[in-house]
Amino acid sequence: MSPGWGRRLGAFVFLGPGVAYLAVLLLAPLALILSYTVFRRGRFGGIVYEFTTENFSRLLDPLYLNVVLVSIKLATLTTVFALLLGYPTAYLIARLPRTWKTIALVAIVLPFWTNFIIRVYAWTILLSGPGLINSALGTQFELLYNQGAMVTGLLYSYLPLMVLPLYAAIEKLDPQLREASANLGASAFTTFRRVTLPLTLPGVATGCVFVFVPSFGNFVIPEILGGGRSATVGTLIRTEFLQSRDWPFGSALSLAVILVLVVLLVIQSWVSRRG
Amino acid sequence: MLKIDGVTRRFGDVTALDNVSLEIEQGEFFALLGPSGCGKTTLLRILAGFETPDEGTVTLDGEDLLSMAPNRRPINLMFQSYALFPHMTVAKNIAYGLEQEKVGKAEIKQRVGEVLETIGLGEMASRKPGQLSGGQRQRVALARAIVKRPRLLLLDEPLSALDKKVRAGMQLELKRLQNEVGITFVVVTHDQEEAMSLADRIAVFESGRVRQVDEPVELYERPRTPFVADFVGANNLFEGTAVPGGLDVPDLGVLPGEGTELAGVKALLAVRPENVRLADRGLLGTVLDVSFYGGISHIAVTVEGRDKPVLVAQQGAAKVEAGAQVRLGWDAHDAVLIQEG
Amino acid sequence: MGKPRFLYVPFWLTYVFLYAPILVLVVMSFNAGRSPYVYEGFSLKWYGVLAEDDKIMQGLVNTLIVAAASTVLATVLGTLLAVGLARHTRSKLLDALGLMPAILPDLVLAIGLLVFYDVVKFSLGLHSVILSHALFGMAFVAAVVRTRLTHADSSLEEASRDLGAGPVTTFVRVTLPQLAPGIVAGALLAFTLSIDEFVIAFFTAAPTEPTLPIVIYSMVRFGVTPEINALASILLLVSFTVVIVAQRMTKIGEIRAQD
Repeated sequence: MSPGWGRRLGAFVFLGPGVAYLAVLLLAPLALILSYTVFRRGRFGGIVYEFTTENFSRLLDPLYLNVVLVSIKLATLTTVFALLLGYPTAYLIARLPRTWKTIALVAIVLPFWTNFIIRVYAWTILLSGPGLINSALGTQFELLYNQGAMVTGLLYSYLPLMVLPLYAAIEKLDPQLREASANLGASAFTTFRRVTLPLTLPGVATGCVFVFVPSFGNFVIPEILGGGRSATVGTLIRTEFLQSRDWPFGSALSLAVILVLVVLLVIQSWVSRRG
Repeated sequence: MLKIDGVTRRFGDVTALDNVSLEIEQGEFFALLGPSGCGKTTLLRILAGFETPDEGTVTLDGEDLLSMAPNRRPINLMFQSYALFPHMTVAKNIAYGLEQEKVGKAEIKQRVGEVLETIGLGEMASRKPGQLSGGQRQRVALARAIVKRPRLLLLDEPLSALDKKVRAGMQLELKRLQNEVGITFVVVTHDQEEAMSLADRIAVFESGRVRQVDEPVELYERPRTPFVADFVGANNLFEGTAVPGGLDVPDLGVLPGEGTELAGVKALLAVRPENVRLADRGLLGTVLDVSFYGGISHIAVTVEGRDKPVLVAQQGAAKVEAGAQVRLGWDAHDAVLIQEG
Repeated sequence: MGKPRFLYVPFWLTYVFLYAPILVLVVMSFNAGRSPYVYEGFSLKWYGVLAEDDKIMQGLVNTLIVAAASTVLATVLGTLLAVGLARHTRSKLLDALGLMPAILPDLVLAIGLLVFYDVVKFSLGLHSVILSHALFGMAFVAAVVRTRLTHADSSLEEASRDLGAGPVTTFVRVTLPQLAPGIVAGALLAFTLSIDEFVIAFFTAAPTEPTLPIVIYSMVRFGVTPEINALASILLLVSFTVVIVAQRMTKIGEIRAQD
C-alpha cells in the first residue's frame, strides 16, 4: 500500500465514524431547526411548509423581545456575580500549597455531582417564607419566585464553570511577573490592574461564556425558582415545543440563542487573541 | 553603603543563610558567587524584599531596609528569567517603573528614549518581548531596572541564559554601563569566570555561609579555604601536614608552599596549573593526556599515590606526549597552604 | 506577599454559598418530621422510603443503562475522532465540529434532536436518549483525548511505522496504550455528565421510561417528599466516594509507573 493510500484509509477509519455521527445527529438537526424557522405552524400542531418570515417578526414583538431582554439581564447578572465571586476564589486557590489546591478545587466541583434539580430545589427551601434564611434573620422577606431567586439559582449552578477556567489562567501566570511589578514600585492594586488582570483576561472571557450561555438558555431554574412569573427564552422554547407545539416559532427562538452564542464566542476569541 | 549583618534564613531543617555579614561599597560591582543551593539567591531575594530573614539586619545608607515594603525600596532587581511583561511593548515595559514613581509623561518619554539608546535597542521600542532574542530581552530587563536610577541594582544570574558569544559582549556592556551610570551592582552567579571578569569584589558562598570576600586576584591567588581553592578556577590540591616551607604529603614527600605559620597542622596545598612546570626536579609522574585549546596546552599527569592527575597549563604547544615520564615543580611562593576544616 | 485580606471574603463566601444548600439537604434527610423547615429529630426513615420508591428505582436503573451505553458509544467514537483530528487532518472546521456538541446550549441540542427524531420517525425511548447523550459525550471524550495526544510523543508512532507496523497495528499497540489514561478520564467525564443530564433527556425520552433526573424533576414540580433529601445525600456520598477512589487509583498508577 502506498503511503497515500494509508493516509486516506487512516483518515477514513478514524474520522469517518465520528464525523458521520456528528453529521447525522448534530448537523441534520441544526439544519432542520434552521429550516423550520421559515415555516408555519399548522392548525393542529404540524408544520405547514410555506415560506414565511412571521416567526422573525414575532420575535421583534415587544412581548417576546422583552422575554429575550429578561433572559439577557438574568444571564448578565449571573455572569457578573460569578466573576466577582469566582475571580478572588480562583486567585486564592492558585496561591494555595499543592495539596490544599487539589482539595479546594475538588470542593468547588463536588456540589456539581449531586443532582442539579435537587440543588435547585434546596434553594426553594432556603429562600421560601418559612425557610432557613428568613428564619435565621427573623424576617419574612419574599425571597422566592422573583428574578433575584433565579439569579441565585443560576449563579449556584454555574459558578464552578467560572472558577475552573479562571483558575487555569491564573495558575499559568509567572509569579516573577508579579514580583517584577512590585520591584518596579507598583502597589498590589496596580500590579493586579496592569499585570495580572490583562494577562488573565482570556480566562475571564472563557469563564464568562461558560456561565452566560447556559444561564441564557436555562428553563429549569426560571420555572422552579421563578415560579413561572417571568418568562425566559428557555421557558419559552420549552413551552413552544412541548405545549403550544409551535415548532417553527420555537426554532426561531433557538436560532436567537445560537446567534447569541456565536456573538459571544467571537468576542471571546477576540479577547483571547489580544492577550 | 549596604550593610548586611548576621542574616540567617531557614527553610524547615535547611539553613539557607547562616549568619551572613557583608558590606558593599557605593559604586562597587559586587558578586555573590557559589554553587546552586548555596543561599546566594535567597540573599538576593531578601534584599529585594521577597523573603524575610529569620535573624539579622540589612541597612542601606543607614536606613533599615527590611522594614520597607518591596515596592518601596530604592533597589531594583533584574530577574534571571527577565520577567518582562509579555503583553506590553518594550517601551511600556521600561516606562512601567517610572509610571509608578508618578513621573511626568514628557520626562518618561525622554528617559525611556535615552536608556533605549544606551542599550542599543532604539528601534525595538514598539516590539513585544516575544519578538526579541534572548540577548535583546536581557538588555530590556536591564534597561527597565536602570531607568529608575536605583541606588542598588541586583542581578540574578544575568548572563546564564545567553550563549557564549553573546555573553562575552554583554559582560563588557554591563561593565561599561556600570561605569557610565555609576550604580552599585550586586550580581549573583554560579559561574566563577563571570564573577571574576565582572566584579570588583567577590563573596564566595558555600552552604549558606560566606567563605571569603576578596578582589578577584586575591581570591584566585590566595584562596583561604579548601572550598574556595577548589571552586575558583582550576587548582591542584594536595592533602598533608604543614611543615616549614611546605606541605608534607604522605608518599610524595615535602612539597614547596607558602602559608601562614601553620606548622604541624593538617593542611591543603593549592597550586594553579599555570604555575606548575615540567622541570628537572620535583614530583615524578606520567603524562596521561595532552589537550590544546585557547593557545594553551593542558597536560594531565598521573602521579603515584594520588587519585586525581596533576594539571599543568603551559603556553603554546606541548613538547611531551601521553606516556612520557616527567617531573613537576613549582615555586613555593606560587603554592598556597590552606588550613583544613 | 500579594494576598490582600479582603480577597478572603468572596473566597469563603463562595464555599459557604456552594455548600449551604447541600448541608440543608443532608441534615433534613435525617429529619424525623415531614416539614422541610422544622427539624423534628433524627430518623433514617426517608432512606427507607427512598429504597422502596419504585419510580425512583426505575429512574435510577434507566439512568445507569443510558449512562453506560452512551459512554461506551461516546468513548469509541470520541477516541477515534480525537486521533483522526490530531493525526489525520488539519481542518479547523472539523476541529470545531468535534467540539460543537459541548459548546451548544443543551436546550438547542435537545430540541434539534427532538425535531430530528420526529422527522425520521425514530421512536422515543431509552435508545433515543442513549444516542443523544453519546453525542455530547463524544465531544468531551474527544476533547480530553485530544489534549492527551498533543502531549504524547508522535515519534513513538513513527518508530512503530519504521519497524514495519501498519496504521491499525500502530494504533492498537502503540497509540492506544499511551492514550489509555486520557480515554479513561474522558469516559469518566462522559459518564458523569450523562448521569446528571436533564434537558436533553427530558426532550428525547419516552414518558414511560424516564431517567432519574426526569423523575426528580416531576417530583420537585409536583410535590416533594423528604425522601428527595435522602436521595441527594446518597448521590453526594457516591460522588465523594468515586472521587476518593479515583484519587487513590491515580496515585497507585503513578507509583506503579515509577517502578
